[in-house]
Amino acid sequence: MAERVFTSVIIACAALVVGALFWVLSDVVSKGFAHISWAFLFSEPLDAGRSGGIAPILVATLWVLVIALVVALPLGLAVAVWLSEFAPKHLRSTNYTRITLDILAGIPSIVYGLFGNAFFTLYLGLGYSLLSGGLTLACMILPVFVRTCESGLRLVDDDWRRGALALGMSRPSAVWHILLPAAQPAILAGLVLGIGRATAETAALLFTSGYVDRMPESLLDSGRVLSVHIYDLSMNVTGGDDAAYGSALVLIILIILLNALAQCSADSWFKRRLNKA
Amino acid sequence: MSNQNLPTYTLSEMKQEAVCCTPTPILQVRDLAVRYSNKAVLSNVSLDIYQGCITALIGPSGCGKTSFLSTLNRLTDLHPTAEVSGHILFDGQSVFDDTVDVLALRRRIGMIFQRPNPFPLSIRRNLELPLKEHGVRDRYTRQRKIKQALEDVGLWQEVYDRLDGSALSLSGGQQQRLCIARALVLEPEILLMDEPCSALDPIASNVVEKLIMGLRGRYTVVIVTHNLAQARRVANYAGFFWLNERVGKLIEFGHCRQLFEAPTDALTAAYISGVQG
Repeated sequence: MAERVFTSVIIACAALVVGALFWVLSDVVSKGFAHISWAFLFSEPLDAGRSGGIAPILVATLWVLVIALVVALPLGLAVAVWLSEFAPKHLRSTNYTRITLDILAGIPSIVYGLFGNAFFTLYLGLGYSLLSGGLTLACMILPVFVRTCESGLRLVDDDWRRGALALGMSRPSAVWHILLPAAQPAILAGLVLGIGRATAETAALLFTSGYVDRMPESLLDSGRVLSVHIYDLSMNVTGGDDAAYGSALVLIILIILLNALAQCSADSWFKRRLNKA
Repeated sequence: MSNQNLPTYTLSEMKQEAVCCTPTPILQVRDLAVRYSNKAVLSNVSLDIYQGCITALIGPSGCGKTSFLSTLNRLTDLHPTAEVSGHILFDGQSVFDDTVDVLALRRRIGMIFQRPNPFPLSIRRNLELPLKEHGVRDRYTRQRKIKQALEDVGLWQEVYDRLDGSALSLSGGQQQRLCIARALVLEPEILLMDEPCSALDPIASNVVEKLIMGLRGRYTVVIVTHNLAQARRVANYAGFFWLNERVGKLIEFGHCRQLFEAPTDALTAAYISGVQG
């Protein structure tokens, strides 16, 4: 009896969560689908976004994302490798670094936005630009990415570590050839989390990449990303709801596509590491 | 090969004279002591390891046999809290000298672990990686050495058609033989084996044991084992370790037959007859 109650409660919880998600998705799909067309994807917004398309917004979104990933991935992997393999384990400072990263990972994105505004936009003089926005996002996804990769690396079987060193391999090459490929699932998880967070970010970008809906001409141009566009359409533009739903659907599809792409490219990269002659 | 009974080893010349009749020490250990975090685990160990012979180290768990092995190729360096004192002369040079190239030392002194630890790579890449690491640039040389090493451990016939398959798909015994091949491919002078058969089933264990016996005369082998019958079968020399006031000590060292048939120490006699330990 107790077991049956327990099982049904668990099933009910699962159904609730999946149901809520499905509800949101179906709402976006049903209201946004009618609005999506080639013209919507490839034309400039008109009348504050009420009509026209989202071409410049897509371009700005992709640029901001690319900048964030190009900066955050190598830097994050390097820090993760340092923390898990090279940092002296018995030193307090190593542990403090980890705690700091955990705290940074929990900071609300709007705080990152303020920091990005103060540091990149004003102090470094990058202005409201795709570059400022991308760099701010890089700062924001770094802590989570580092900690995910680091715990992945630390979970790698110690036997492999000792095996590699006992063969006279140097520590850097043990990391590069054995530990990183072995930590692939964690690195991929960190990447997917980072992409999701960066693509969906609104608050941090309001202060850094701005919300001009023109086609950006360089990385120092201001640009409006999809999530900011959705926010603006639904909050500030009366009659913009249809376009907002269309943009939201595009954003969801974009995130799914990017995750699939990340999965495939990480797979093939690691496969090459594993088998390359 | 002239002798039909011997498998064809090509990596290293078979020494024609009976090496164990005119013992030449290749490793001379004097007053070796190991401490972890200021806690002594091994003290006052002095013995000679003779070239081309198999030396078995026996004794109860936790009496420092593995720590002893790890000092020989300086794998103890990995423990930030490990302190090693005493002398180990390898070919007349101190292993602990600051000028010693540790990576080159580990190439000359290979190590096999208790649990088979093939890297999560293809079979070929497991052997290729250490070769590349030690500067074997030519592809054909590498392929020749890989084939030889696999033949030496009797694995070639079993895996030649799936060299690019994952090493983790092999059985436990095959994995352990692959690990031995991975050590042999670097043409070491000494092989350290830390209970190489303890994680294997009796049949696989038998295969590996035969393989170890075949290494005599070509390589110097130091093997830690809990299987007294195995020690007796394979070894020329044997050392008995025992915990004395919670510190590992070498109680007796000598010819294997003498140690098993006429031990001079009462503890040794009690341990090998199964009274203690």
